[in-house]
Amino acid sequence: MVKFRTRADIVYDVFIYAVLMFVLFVTVFPFWNQIVTALSGNQGETITFYPKSLSFQSFRLSLDYPGLWTGYRNTILRTVCGVVLSITVTAMLSYPLAKSKLPFNGLITGMVLFTMLFGGGLIPNYLLIKSLNLLDTFWALLLPSLAGAFNVFIMRNFFRSLPDSLEESAQIDGAGYFLIFTRIVVPLSAPVLATVALWIAVNHWNAWFDAMIYISSPDKQVLQVILRKIIIENSLTDMERLTMGTSIDSLFSAKQLQATMICLSVLPMLVVYPFVQKYFVRGIMVGAVKG
Amino acid sequence: MESDAVPARIDKRGGIWKQVVHYRVLYVMMLPGIAYFILFHYVPMYGVTLAFKNFLFMEGISGSPWVGLKHFEKAFSDPYFFQIIRNTLLISLYKLFFGFPVPILFALLLNEVTSLRFKKLVQTASYLPHFISWVVMSGIFIMVFSFDGPINELIKALGGDPVLFLADERYFRSILVITDIFKGFGWGSIIYFAAISGIDPQLYEAAIMDGAGRLQRALRITLPMLVPVIAIMLILNMSGILDAGFDQVFNMYNPSVYHVSDIIDTYVYRKGLVEMQYSYSSAVGLFKSAVALILILIVNRIVRTIGGKEYALW
Repeated sequence: MVKFRTRADIVYDVFIYAVLMFVLFVTVFPFWNQIVTALSGNQGETITFYPKSLSFQSFRLSLDYPGLWTGYRNTILRTVCGVVLSITVTAMLSYPLAKSKLPFNGLITGMVLFTMLFGGGLIPNYLLIKSLNLLDTFWALLLPSLAGAFNVFIMRNFFRSLPDSLEESAQIDGAGYFLIFTRIVVPLSAPVLATVALWIAVNHWNAWFDAMIYISSPDKQVLQVILRKIIIENSLTDMERLTMGTSIDSLFSAKQLQATMICLSVLPMLVVYPFVQKYFVRGIMVGAVKG
Repeated sequence: MESDAVPARIDKRGGIWKQVVHYRVLYVMMLPGIAYFILFHYVPMYGVTLAFKNFLFMEGISGSPWVGLKHFEKAFSDPYFFQIIRNTLLISLYKLFFGFPVPILFALLLNEVTSLRFKKLVQTASYLPHFISWVVMSGIFIMVFSFDGPINELIKALGGDPVLFLADERYFRSILVITDIFKGFGWGSIIYFAAISGIDPQLYEAAIMDGAGRLQRALRITLPMLVPVIAIMLILNMSGILDAGFDQVFNMYNPSVYHVSDIIDTYVYRKGLVEMQYSYSSAVGLFKSAVALILILIVNRIVRTIGGKEYALW
């Protein structure tokens, strides 16, 4: 198609692109700044758009920091276990709720819905975990967020949209509800299960508050809390000790090590994110359609 | 067995319990989920009675003595309580006022981009901060706004004096608002993209026939077609007015700006888990949850009335 562009069109385009280029710059710059800071060789140099002297020392030091690996191990562990447990429990609760003829459906749905509107709050939740003797255990990170009301409704709505005829034919062949669920409903629901699984995974990956209040042993701590100690509370004691023994410590500022830790924690997200982005967005669309 | 006939027949014979027996597998499937909601949501809801008691460590919640509204009276007679309410409302309202239009403008602008690749690039970059925790984002912002960070380098390059942004009461709330917009505008625009893609192309074709330019099409068609979604989103946002953003504030604030940035949630945390005033902290928390519940009930009623059932939460 040949486009006829007037002068006004060109001005309009220039304006739109200029504004969006600025938005793009503002979005990317803070992240870029961390990379540049982490890679800069000399402490005290003014950091601009590129590192004046390139150095990987700060990365080498940070990768030697055992806390980083402990954090990664625990975060990966909680994310994998959390996703598997949550998806299983959520799907098994949502499938029966998709059947409107099920007695007590309204009661159970109401019970789930009400948790979206009101909750006990911080202290009652903390005391519950304490009285269940879950403090400083891995379960304290998994159980309190086992199933979310929102995810239950997303799944229930998707299950409702599946054609009834599939289930009916399986019933005629003698399949029970559990078999129908595992052999027919779950495979057909892969898109919604993937989306919800990704949401849960991101939540577990980024969760820090529960670990901060429930976990006290350093070897059980998750990445976000370890990062928080280094980049926000500025308690660089471990890191300092790490650099002190190496005699090149004067070349590194706390800031550089903080930036390096930020880079190392965001990296996996940056690698995975472009590939899974469309699932997140699709999930929002699924959620927007109410049944 | 999902057909109408079968449950109806069971109904006549033995009533609801026959049906329960018929569906027993489904109830067993729901058991872990129901147990979870009771234990981790309804038990803590019972726990709010703590707000009306004096918590004794040895006795637990149920054994602690009732003290009526003592903790609420204490809160309402403390001027600092009103300061945190004020901070919460101000931060929330600023975020709503300045942050709400940004995703709409962003969606409108991006809709005008003809290069699909550029559009995808900007979109992908703008969603990214949504997926990064406030711990990491705060670390980044603390550096960006630090005394020798890029913002102050820019100020110095332009001939100004560097500012301690994060320790200055005059700037701190603005920084909360700006960084909140930064983190959320891209993701927030998705709903508007969806609405834009649902607009009938015939409207644009007719407008082109009538000689409408691109700006006119954007302002006279796209924007008006978004009004229902905008209205609903605005009202829904109103119900979260008491959530000023715990994750953000907690990771970005410091004692020198407590006076302007301490919000209900951070106060509940410090009073409860740092100072161990369990009952008082629960009372403040309960006050917030109760007001939030009332707000969301009102908001849902309004949305149902003006937007119809499909936009309402229930």
